[in-house]
Amino acid sequence: MLLDALTLQLGYNATLVAVGAALLGTAAGITGTFLFLRKRALVSDAVSHATLPGVCIAFLLMAFAGGDGRNLAGLLLGSAVTAGIGLWCMNWLTRNTRLAEDAAIGAVLSVFFGFGIVLLTVIQTLGVGRQAGLEGFLLGSTAGMLYSDALVIAAGGALALLVVLLTRRPMTLVAFDPEYAAARGLPVSRIDMLMMGLVMAVTVVGLKIVGLILIVALLIIPAVTARFWSERSDQVVLLAGLFGGAAAYIGAALSASAPNLPTGPIIVLVSFALFALSLLLAPNRGVLAAVLRHQRFQRRVHLRQGLLALAQGQAIYESLTLRLLRRAGLMRADGVATAKGKARAAKALRDERRWDVVRSDMTHEAAAALYDGLRDIETVLTQDQIQDIDRQIGGPSEVPA
Amino acid sequence: MSVEIVSAQGETPPTAAQDAKIAQSPLAIRGLTVSYGEKPAVFSVDMTVEPGQMTAIIGPNGAGKSTLLKAALAIVAPVSGRVTIFGRPLEEQRARIAYVPQRASVDWDFPTRVIDVVLMGLYRELGLLGRIKGNHRAKALDCLERVGMADFASRQIGQLSGGQQQRVFLARALAQGADLYLLDEPFAGVDAATEKAIISVLKSLREAGKTVVVVHHDLATVVEYFDNVFLINTRRVAEGPVARAFTEETLQAAYGGRLATTQVNQLAKA
Repeated sequence: MLLDALTLQLGYNATLVAVGAALLGTAAGITGTFLFLRKRALVSDAVSHATLPGVCIAFLLMAFAGGDGRNLAGLLLGSAVTAGIGLWCMNWLTRNTRLAEDAAIGAVLSVFFGFGIVLLTVIQTLGVGRQAGLEGFLLGSTAGMLYSDALVIAAGGALALLVVLLTRRPMTLVAFDPEYAAARGLPVSRIDMLMMGLVMAVTVVGLKIVGLILIVALLIIPAVTARFWSERSDQVVLLAGLFGGAAAYIGAALSASAPNLPTGPIIVLVSFALFALSLLLAPNRGVLAAVLRHQRFQRRVHLRQGLLALAQGQAIYESLTLRLLRRAGLMRADGVATAKGKARAAKALRDERRWDVVRSDMTHEAAAALYDGLRDIETVLTQDQIQDIDRQIGGPSEVPA
Repeated sequence: MSVEIVSAQGETPPTAAQDAKIAQSPLAIRGLTVSYGEKPAVFSVDMTVEPGQMTAIIGPNGAGKSTLLKAALAIVAPVSGRVTIFGRPLEEQRARIAYVPQRASVDWDFPTRVIDVVLMGLYRELGLLGRIKGNHRAKALDCLERVGMADFASRQIGQLSGGQQQRVFLARALAQGADLYLLDEPFAGVDAATEKAIISVLKSLREAGKTVVVVHHDLATVVEYFDNVFLINTRRVAEGPVARAFTEETLQAAYGGRLATTQVNQLAKA
């Protein structure tokens, strides 16, 4: 069943949903990354909650005008209007009052969402139009998705991606260093508005599939996941698009492969699975790598300290140090250094003196920056440079044999 | 004594000679007031930077040094005042200005490498969609070389020490190829090696005819490093060549009781 779903063999609606979700996931991952880099990720949560009153008002207007209250384009337009108002309120509160952005986010989010829920309840009791399905905008509902709905999503996503492509450089510059960007004459507040506008567009477009409560996950989780794998912003942006698209596609396929699995929440869970894997396994920033790195580091520290203690004839008390020295064949079971141990100890002491020279000499700055008390000096300097330093220190006779 | 201690009200009416001076000055400020809330951080300040020289902006903590610089570049919006760059409005002259913000103003865990930061200096050259080519990289590397950071080009910026971060910021400014350099506290919290590297780059800029303005906090090095000083304590206190404007009298006026008299004597005589 799942394989059928992944290869789009599960029928018209499932295919439509999977393709639409993949497009949405990609667009959300990419636009969300800029928000994440600008450290304003939570603004998207307020924006998405502020769409609800718009959906309800648009429904009421269309129903009273005698049309179909559930026309998707109309509902999305309405949601964009109130999301825009919410965004404007947040900007106004942050700029013109002493409220910090987090407080403004909380205020806007709860008030707009509360108002939306009131309207939703009113609509349900009024019994106007065919209101069934309106609450699907809360958590997304893909069951009755139409081809035209998929087109709206695809067009919105593609438009957002095009704008990102055109403005990625100014947006990155503003995210990294807004003061410098302003000094270069970039319209920082307008670029921020554009960034928010993109997020708003993705949110509105994504209402049908993941719903307004969970869209924030699609904007933020892929960016955070991608950050584990790269130290370059352009790569983080692309990876986030990839992770977002993959999570949405797999999530949509999963939910189609069994009855009664909600699409939006499953997509979020798949996205989280990618995040959890990255958190554990990523090469530099991952948890596992950090644990291994720390263990290796600890062993190197102990070994080095042990060697220096041997070279200076000091007693070693730490059992880990003793164990490491013995295991490396540098010390006999009775605590006496082997010949190899003596040689390594002398070298360690000599390296300490060489490092002292390197660190006090500006011409070796790049090498000195690598000093950690552990590194063998020949990994950062050439033999000629080392000999040069040895001449400064004095003959090798100083090193205890 | 011909020291220019000015009171805020003592603004002389503009004359033809003054107009000519403003037209030539890389950075001329008239009547600038900047306020956070309703407390002015900078009040009615005039400043005329001498071309091709190095000028230090000094004053006590909270005197408005950084604010003056940011307002000159319209990074913060002034309440009133006029700024001209080489006699022209700021917006026309942005390309001729290189700004080095305070190191602490950015997040150094941002996913970017040293060379990418310097390439940001070529932002205008690259345009919106232009690809980064070999000549852009070569230029960025050359700027890193000038601040002694070429070996660090592909390092993650988070791995740098404070002094190295500052030099990367300076390299980014160099990449712009500007005529006027404005630096906000470039010597704050950096090691001696970095201070030496930065000052030698700034001196080479001056030799190339560029103008350098530095927000500076270390009074002990003013005489050694700079041609001119601009003393500020919300209002302009003194402005002019170091020998004339950096004196016991002006320092006392700017810092009030915050510097001991003996300290002031030593500094001014240095």
